[in-house]
Amino acid sequence: MEVKTASFEKVEKKAMTVSGAEAVIKCLLEEGVETIYGYPGGAIMPVYDELFKYQDKIHHVLTRHEQGATHAAQGYARVSGKVGVAVATSGPGATNLVTGIADAMIDSTPMVCITGQVGSNLLGSDAFQETDIVGISTPITKWNYQITKAEEIPEIIAKAFYIARSGRPGPVLVDITKDAQFASLDFTYKKCSGIRSYKPYPEVNLLEVERAAGVINNAKKPLIVFGQGVILGGAEDLLKKVVEKAGIPSAWTILGLSALPTDHPLNVGMVGMHGNYAPNLLTNECDVLIAIGMRFDDRVTGNLEHYAKQAKIIHFEIDPAEVNKNVHTDYPVLGNVKETLNSLLDLLKENQHTEWHDRFKELYKEEYKKVVSLNLDVSKPDIHMAEVIQQINEFSKGDAVIVSDVGQHQMKACRYGKFNQTRSNVTSGGLGTMGFALPAAMGAKMAVPEREVVAVIGDGGYQMTIQELGTIFQTKIPVKIVVLNNGFLGMVRQWQQLFFDKRYASTEMINPDFVTIAKGYHLKTNKVTERSELKAAVKEMMESKEAYFLEVKVEQEENVFPMIPTGAAVSDILLE
Amino acid sequence: MEKKNYTVSIYTENNLGLLSRIAAIFLRRHINIESITASPSEVNDVMRFIIVVNVTEDQIKKIVGQIEKQIEVIRAFYHTQEETIFQETALYKIKSQSFLDDHSIQDFIKETNARIVTVTTEFFVIEKTGKRKEVDELYDTLKPYGLMQFVRSGTIAVTKNEMPISGILEKFNTTNSIS
Repeated sequence: MEVKTASFEKVEKKAMTVSGAEAVIKCLLEEGVETIYGYPGGAIMPVYDELFKYQDKIHHVLTRHEQGATHAAQGYARVSGKVGVAVATSGPGATNLVTGIADAMIDSTPMVCITGQVGSNLLGSDAFQETDIVGISTPITKWNYQITKAEEIPEIIAKAFYIARSGRPGPVLVDITKDAQFASLDFTYKKCSGIRSYKPYPEVNLLEVERAAGVINNAKKPLIVFGQGVILGGAEDLLKKVVEKAGIPSAWTILGLSALPTDHPLNVGMVGMHGNYAPNLLTNECDVLIAIGMRFDDRVTGNLEHYAKQAKIIHFEIDPAEVNKNVHTDYPVLGNVKETLNSLLDLLKENQHTEWHDRFKELYKEEYKKVVSLNLDVSKPDIHMAEVIQQINEFSKGDAVIVSDVGQHQMKACRYGKFNQTRSNVTSGGLGTMGFALPAAMGAKMAVPEREVVAVIGDGGYQMTIQELGTIFQTKIPVKIVVLNNGFLGMVRQWQQLFFDKRYASTEMINPDFVTIAKGYHLKTNKVTERSELKAAVKEMMESKEAYFLEVKVEQEENVFPMIPTGAAVSDILLE
Repeated sequence: MEKKNYTVSIYTENNLGLLSRIAAIFLRRHINIESITASPSEVNDVMRFIIVVNVTEDQIKKIVGQIEKQIEVIRAFYHTQEETIFQETALYKIKSQSFLDDHSIQDFIKETNARIVTVTTEFFVIEKTGKRKEVDELYDTLKPYGLMQFVRSGTIAVTKNEMPISGILEKFNTTNSIS
């Protein structure tokens, strides 16, 4: 009898014992991860070996570069609201993640990056493919940690996911030495539900909400500027209710786009350097500026000395360090916007502000005449970028996810894109990372396979991660790719034209035949050079069940207006 | 806004890598750290960093906000010098011969509340704890006697007001259970 018991215990124990590498996979499964993006290499091979065993449970997407893995994980996270996961080996594999991690940090994207590391006995010896990725990633991660013992793996990965997705989300990096991946541990998993020193959400102070409500109720010319915090906090419906009840014109930052439908009557457009005329100009006329889940980025505020000085500033914010960081706040309201807006809603009086809203309409008419009508002008021979976005809207009916890269086309995609649903605009905001869109669109499409995902990319950024066409081909992700080709690094060229006497230093691009390249990756392709071909080409692309590459030759030296010149006030916005 | 010395007190978990995260916050803003010490605090398993910097109040408020954002930082405070009781410790190594030749130096050590830590045939080691000014004055006095080595610690400080870390920790534990 004793022998049997001992034998039973032994079997039980054996069943619980796994390698560190297998523990990593089990942790991911415990966190509900279904898709990960990565690239194998020597120091992460034990994890990849286990992934092979678990390939029916976790879909690993082999990107063609580790940067592509992080951007794909970001796209997945931004659209799904889940934590994106990227995996890489040590050394160059890890350092190739850096751009995506920095991008995720500044845009508050939940992401867990797992990197392999040389054996713990080799740490600090300049071993083959050893880099101090924990040191390198310290300023660009919400948290990071190096695991040197297998038994640390469950607790640290649980903590990584908790930190990445809670509060103000962000990227976390976990570096695991090769010996920790090989070593055995008794695996048990407990999800992290709290860390002693970490308070993800400030407690809501109802007095702060009441004060803010009082100021809003007495405002004559209030203006809301909302950012991505609304989306991250899942407060889109509450924002809409607040906007409608108080009748307040509402503008968005680039990452706030799609939190409120673009055709909502109180949606007055984008703020910032290339935002809409009315919300920028009237920022310096409003009596109360209500910032919701946004961080007063310098591209939004222009010159701080002349930013909304006449207004009382109310700031709804989850991160206490953001309050008063750039703009002095009269009425801070700390907390998750889902809680604070919910409390605010009951305290708001119904209002219309009709005259004030008419001011936005008048100014939009002016913007339409001097900018929008020209951007959509079909009498000129060359195709405008905005026309292409309009055609995408036509066929998507505002239900597509648009993933834009960085540059002129990004501003056009955001200004002219139509969005009915939240989490539909994916772009690199704070870091402005060229090369973001192609891999991010792959991740986005995998997060919402039932929705149309269109990547809008310039010819410059496209070539920074063009190799991910290989990933699209291999995985058959039916993402739509539109390259707006003007043969220039357009935004830099625009600045050279306006501020550097048209000296186009290194901004002209002699491009390859993009269609031939896409064909080389066995994608469906098309190229449009004439306006008459555009509508049919976009229709064919949107109706394709497969991945599709569309190149559109657009006007070479088109500029993006309105524009707030660097160092100018938001109200000095130029229409031409 | 006027720059002055602020003492930043940071209570943290005792975890690897945190020093680098905290130092990076100052580095990124081009702020030179005047002195830094790290030691266990009055709370079990909680470390305390004391960092002295010369900045404006606006800068120090923002820096403390960024420090508190770090996952393993429990709480950070900033104080002016008037709000703290602060000390530094210095060690002075002097040739034994100089010391024996001039008896006035012994009187000076007594007057300044310094103490002799070690005596060998080659050298004496003297320790002085006090304000920066006092430590510097002793340095100036001992230098002519042949100062072989000198080292000064970072500032250590306690505040005149209470720092309710235990209470803050309890609050963390009860408000953190959001999964």
